[in-house]
Amino acid sequence: MSPASVFWALLRRDARVARRELPSFLVRTIMQPVLFIIVFGYLLPRMGFVQAGYTSALLPGIIAVSLTLSSVQSVALPMVQDFGFTREIEDRLLAPIPIRLVAIEKVVSGALQGVLAACVVLPIARLIMGPIAGLHLPNAALALGVTLLGSTVFASLGLVIGTAISATQIGLMFSIIVAPMLMFGCAYYPWRGLDAVPAFKYGVLINPLVYVAEAMRGALTPSLPHMPLWVACAAMVAMSALFLAIGLRGFVRRSMS
Amino acid sequence: MSDAIFTENLRKVYAAPSMRRFRGLSSRGSGPPPIVPFAPVRTTDKGVVALDTLDLRVREGEFFGLLGPNGAGKTTTIGILTTRVTPTSGRAMVAGLDVTAAPDRVRQRIGVVPQRPNPDRSLSTLENLVFHAAYFGIPLDRAEQHAVDLLKRLDITDKADARVDALSGGQQQRLMIARALIHEPQVIFLDEPTVGLDPQARHDLWEILRDLHAHGRTIVMTTHYMEEADQLCERIAIVDRGRLLACDTPERLKASAPGGTLVEVTLDGEAEAAVTPALAVAGVTRAEAHGTGLHAYSERGGEAIPALITAAQSVGRVVTNIHLTRPSLESLFISMTGRKLD
Repeated sequence: MSPASVFWALLRRDARVARRELPSFLVRTIMQPVLFIIVFGYLLPRMGFVQAGYTSALLPGIIAVSLTLSSVQSVALPMVQDFGFTREIEDRLLAPIPIRLVAIEKVVSGALQGVLAACVVLPIARLIMGPIAGLHLPNAALALGVTLLGSTVFASLGLVIGTAISATQIGLMFSIIVAPMLMFGCAYYPWRGLDAVPAFKYGVLINPLVYVAEAMRGALTPSLPHMPLWVACAAMVAMSALFLAIGLRGFVRRSMS
Repeated sequence: MSDAIFTENLRKVYAAPSMRRFRGLSSRGSGPPPIVPFAPVRTTDKGVVALDTLDLRVREGEFFGLLGPNGAGKTTTIGILTTRVTPTSGRAMVAGLDVTAAPDRVRQRIGVVPQRPNPDRSLSTLENLVFHAAYFGIPLDRAEQHAVDLLKRLDITDKADARVDALSGGQQQRLMIARALIHEPQVIFLDEPTVGLDPQARHDLWEILRDLHAHGRTIVMTTHYMEEADQLCERIAIVDRGRLLACDTPERLKASAPGGTLVEVTLDGEAEAAVTPALAVAGVTRAEAHGTGLHAYSERGGEAIPALITAAQSVGRVVTNIHLTRPSLESLFISMTGRKLD
């Protein structure tokens, strides 16, 4: 028995559950981005309220939002219930591996679900918005790397949330944390656009979504203005490490007494 | 024969609730974590003392019971032995391994049946077992065969592919036992396994446990049901307020219960004054006051009742209730703590 084989078994369990719940998973994670694409990437340009070029700024941001929602929710929602009432995770806490590995597996599994959501939303977005100026698909491998890194940031954040709040606070969490994070995450507008409002330009830098969206711009639409890719990636690595450290501490505290 | 479990000076003090609140949002209103006793034993400035120097020794192959009221420290003890609660001080060994030094290896050797069934609700009954086996490194094909055998043995084969929500309370508890057995552990822990089960399901469970014991498994069970401990366990540890009061076979424990029938007379006021006249009653060997309760041990069973009523009246008290308990684990427990078990 090696920790690696147990880790693999934990991942297989999550894959089995995810496959079974695929329809609801897809609805949960892609509904919001797709509705946004329809309104801002299709209807408004047709009406002439926004310039046609807006879709180029919107697309990478929408992908970032998709992976954010998916990875945060797939870690935080079940964990809040597990620690709150059902205690279902106990069967995994009995596994003969360090308890932290159980938490890390949850982050890995959440990050993979974020990647999956991004991969589903990209073609849908392209389909609805039509041709997108500046879209540079040869960078697919780079975009995938950014997606994986961004999903890790938010799966780790999901671990922090999942171990820090109680089931009754979950609605509040979405209103207070997730909703502002999405709106001020430079997903629906490029960070450089905030040059017009300097207070916001620097204020939003505490928001992890900013770096994911900007890195996605660097990968998908490199010819358009965006934050230097290495800066965004370094920020994502640092935030992953921070959230993971806090989340692991919370996980151990909730599992042991 | 070697020890399956050995504890020495085991002590657990939980941080005081008010202190916990400042440590983060997590302890607020998130539903009761089942491992913290809900009837705190003793509070000091350092926190809640759940376990106060516990020394236990359980032999391999033994069916061992931890008997005590809610909040006695039973669940904390099980929590420490199953590596989920960190002891404040002292030492605990399970299957020859230290629970604090080698928790992962201890978990490999134990099976745990929780107080409340907590199956993985996203999986079917069979998947619960197969995946749990996989968490213990058992290859898929072998796990599946073993799972099918266990479901048959515990009589839930017809629910193998059902979602666990479709299982009754008794069936879920049996699934928990199957899950605890799937990796062939040396020691099985059951925490109040029959709470909430109907009498039939409870007796079915007893049969399963007897069968496991007959196959040489070490079983450690907590319960606050006297009869259950008496019927099943080879040795019983009576715990209360985090301390071990007695530990022996049910027969010897019962034999050490104070002589005669316990007559509990409830009065309409403090019972203290009634002790002296009660001791004068023929056949009464011992009498104690516990609040409004007068506990008299009578060698002649219920014969002493009329005289005890008179004794109470002689000090101006009126009898509101009378209860008889034959010499049993229950009367032993009451004589040791002055309280009933449940």
